[in-house]
Amino acid sequence: MDEVFRALADGSRRSLLDRLHARNGQTLNELCEGLDMTRQAVTKHLAILEQASLVTTFKHGREKLHYLNPVPIHQIGERWIKKFERGKLAALSDLKRQLEKRDE
Amino acid sequence: MSKPEFVYVTYIETTPEKLWEALTNSDFTRRYWFNTDVRSDWKVGSPFALVMGGKTTDTGEILEADRPRRLSYTFRHELIEAMSKEPATKVVFTIEPYGNLVKLTVTHEGFVEGSKLFDGISKGWPAILSGLKSLLETGEVLTIPPAALGIEGFA
Repeated sequence: MDEVFRALADGSRRSLLDRLHARNGQTLNELCEGLDMTRQAVTKHLAILEQASLVTTFKHGREKLHYLNPVPIHQIGERWIKKFERGKLAALSDLKRQLEKRDE
Repeated sequence: MSKPEFVYVTYIETTPEKLWEALTNSDFTRRYWFNTDVRSDWKVGSPFALVMGGKTTDTGEILEADRPRRLSYTFRHELIEAMSKEPATKVVFTIEPYGNLVKLTVTHEGFVEGSKLFDGISKGWPAILSGLKSLLETGEVLTIPPAALGIEGFA
């Protein structure tokens, strides 16, 4: 779990996760496109995310594809959110989404 | 061959044999898979079904069954009409020893453009796999009501 928090405690790594969330299963080249980071930096960040199991790689033909793996994040939620709070939290995050949408 | 839409991984402190049992035996799945029974004889070509509260929610056919290494089946949702019209997708479980842990990889592929099933699947698997890991490692699972995950038409 320490590894997950360490991996998440970096804006560049969170933006890589955001990119995979928007489009899952990207190659390193695709992930680097339009990013203000060197290829080496992206590779380094991906290694840390993979070590924390937040990103998983999958060989598809000759390509190595990167996928967002939300299972560890789900486990963090399970650890501290009690089941009776789930419904309320779901309602609150729905409300937040709705209200923020209206501001756009 | 198109690339899979989802690839999930979890490392579990268990044995490949126990993990196989947890994926194929309803006594286990009921506890971590939204109270769902898995019905099949797990032979290649046999039917597969997920049954929740007496209702068949999803069906498929066993494509591979190499106990305790690899299991795959086709997967089609049955209850919601918009989803049941979509072509069958494919689920693959790969079980590999990883030091004193077992690495479970789940891939799910073959969704059509704009698939309704896609959204539910993306919320369902992380919860199921997280529950599976907790059950095998601690013997306990926090049962999360499916409604709390916000899966459309699934409560």
